[in-house]
Amino acid sequence: MDILYLPELGQFALILALVMASVQALMPLAGSMTRQPLWLAYAQPAAWAQFALLTVSFAFLTASFLVDDFSVAYVANNSNSALPWYYKFSAVWGAHEGSLLLWLWILAGWTFAVSLSKGLPVEVLARVLSVLGFVSIGMMLFVILTSNPFDRYLPRIPTDGADLNPLLQDPGLIFHPPMLYMGYVGFAVTFAFALAALWSGKLDTAWARWSRPWTSVAWAFLTAGIALGSWWAYYELGWGGWWFWDPVENASLLPWLLGTALMHTLAVTEKRGLFKSWTVLLAIATFSTSLLGFFLVRSGVLNSVHAFANDPDRGLFLLMLLGATIGLSLLVYALRVPTLKARASYSLISKDVFLLANNVILVVATLTVLLGTVYPLIMDALNLGKISVGPPYFNALFVPQMLLLGVFMGLGPLTDWKSMRLDKLRKKIWLAGAITLVLGFAVLPWVYDGSWNLWVALGLTLVLWIVTTTFRDMWETSRTKKGWKGITLSRWGMYGGHLGAALIVLGVTMVSNYGEERDVRMAIGEPVTVKGYEFTLVSLGEREGPNFSADTAVVEMRNPNGRLQRTFRPEKRMYHVRGMPMTQVSIDWGPLKDIYVAMGEPVADDAYAMRIHYKPFVRWIWWGSFIAGLAAILAVMDRRYRIRVPEASGDKLTQARQAD
Amino acid sequence: MTPKRKQKLWLLGLMLVGISLAVGLTLNALSANINLFYAPTQIAAGDAPKDRQIRAGGMVVEGSVKRDPDSLLVRFAVTDHNEDIWITYDKILPDLFREGQGVVAVGHLNDQNELVASQVLARHDENYMPPEVAEALKAAGKMPDHSPFAKKNSSDDY
Repeated sequence: MDILYLPELGQFALILALVMASVQALMPLAGSMTRQPLWLAYAQPAAWAQFALLTVSFAFLTASFLVDDFSVAYVANNSNSALPWYYKFSAVWGAHEGSLLLWLWILAGWTFAVSLSKGLPVEVLARVLSVLGFVSIGMMLFVILTSNPFDRYLPRIPTDGADLNPLLQDPGLIFHPPMLYMGYVGFAVTFAFALAALWSGKLDTAWARWSRPWTSVAWAFLTAGIALGSWWAYYELGWGGWWFWDPVENASLLPWLLGTALMHTLAVTEKRGLFKSWTVLLAIATFSTSLLGFFLVRSGVLNSVHAFANDPDRGLFLLMLLGATIGLSLLVYALRVPTLKARASYSLISKDVFLLANNVILVVATLTVLLGTVYPLIMDALNLGKISVGPPYFNALFVPQMLLLGVFMGLGPLTDWKSMRLDKLRKKIWLAGAITLVLGFAVLPWVYDGSWNLWVALGLTLVLWIVTTTFRDMWETSRTKKGWKGITLSRWGMYGGHLGAALIVLGVTMVSNYGEERDVRMAIGEPVTVKGYEFTLVSLGEREGPNFSADTAVVEMRNPNGRLQRTFRPEKRMYHVRGMPMTQVSIDWGPLKDIYVAMGEPVADDAYAMRIHYKPFVRWIWWGSFIAGLAAILAVMDRRYRIRVPEASGDKLTQARQAD
Repeated sequence: MTPKRKQKLWLLGLMLVGISLAVGLTLNALSANINLFYAPTQIAAGDAPKDRQIRAGGMVVEGSVKRDPDSLLVRFAVTDHNEDIWITYDKILPDLFREGQGVVAVGHLNDQNELVASQVLARHDENYMPPEVAEALKAAGKMPDHSPFAKKNSSDDY
């Protein structure tokens, strides 16, 4: 049967894709060194071919999953004939090898999208594609040499597969990794634009304008990916947390923080021609942290719920790849940047400086998280003992940093570029400031439970500050001649992003301060009270699922008046193939609170250990993230990104002196 | 000094102050929140501090898990096959907690040299042994050969 050769064809397509990536990387490089403009033109078709070939390769791996070809080792290890088809589909990226192929395919997809972009000069496009080609080569070599998803189990073909990890048998897994990878890999495009600009020596405002939409889209995907991951962990792991400061979560936070900084500094570079070298460095750093996260997760150096199966060869390869990427790009940076000069000036009270402050804080936050994440690895490597850094470290530092960031988040939009008189700024912010302080610090913290708490006050003050300044700016901007139509899409994007951030802060503040988590022993018929609600275990039972058997429980919740409000049906599942238990949580969700009931373990014949959590406003964290992500997409749809601007922009302020 | 220079100097100064403040706070927070791992042998020898949070772990001793009939309180022993230590815990044990499996617990030692745990971790992977536990077993010379962990963690890369 022809279908049996799909894996070989898939691998063949992967190798051909590597060849195409090499053409895409090397021809423009050779062409610009030997001044053969025609060679530059190879990049675009090569990028298309690479994308097509990787699509074929990915499709063939997917097909092997769907037809249960257990002669393929990766399929045998991560699928099972009893698995529903949609999990067979998402199992393609359920473990190391397949998720790498997804990574590559997404990179090829981004490359394809870049190659279609209009208004880019031919030589710029060729250089960008060339850099992306090099990234692709590195990662493809990694896949082909160390992590081939098409390896066969021959001749002893297993009769059935080892099943997908039950934790991953969830709709969340269908979306979380692709979203996340779209974000990680998307920063490769920004990186490529930065390196291409350094390479040409033309680091002008046009470069920043080309980079901005790509950065924003990548950021939007990363934001959504992280939020989905948080939501998935919340209901799937059964611990009820939404962020654990787990090293792998931190690994995704690093590029997110730097990407956020990058989006803002790109705005300064585009509008004002300032901070160019800083912006380029940040673009390099953002992608480097994407790769660093990749290394941390895939090499097995981390001790985390997420870490993939380990193999020292992989770690070494990835470390070399990471070193090469960072080393080479910093070399190019060092060679080119001293020739850059910005001629614009700015004063201390200006949007320029406030955005710089935003950048400093975000970079400090990145370093904080990075330190807490890699410190145990460094200590271990130096044989100074096995340590772990606890969440209090992160909370103690990250929370104040974000509070400080919030102050500038309110100031930035209301301030003028270049310089602004203090009294003018004061006039703009006094009302927002007054409302914020009175309501946020003095009034609102009492509302929820009648007592005042510093963290709630700080959190709510911050939320109000961001919201009031955003609306103030909206009102201000809408008073110009064009009215509300005068507010550009990119400005709406900024508003949405900041309001989304305010919602996240609100959710975090409420759930951290007013949430309650109780582990209780529940015997049938004995009520337990949590936050005024009365919970009663009515019955315990058993049930058979398609590939698991489950202990089930029925828990009734009564409100303080004794009325039955909701019945929870949590389960504790045992998945047969892997012999792995899983907690199926039952959640009564709403905008103001989630009530979360999960089964722990049987403690007697008629009693079960249960987790009952009360989580006020927890959903706002994810809603806020999605709003921020959508807002970033909105900003990209602004028409100015579609207007073709004549080359060598005429902006006198910002013309950079060029290298040659 | 030109106004522009003055302005740059100001910015630079502010950044320096900010950065040194940040570095100081960071190192302070870091040193206060580090949890060192101790193997049962080290704890039994009295090497582990009593006044700060530590991590301890090993294989859960078969038959050692005792539950309080009225609450969630549970007591069990972990071993590196050289020494045992007792751990008490009053919350829900993780799904993968089993007798004979490797676990890591975070908590404080009490006067009886028992660990009062605030968190017990067992990994969401059957074929996994916490690296600390694997190393503790190796140090005690008790790594079981047949164990899948023996193969997985045999390299000394981490």
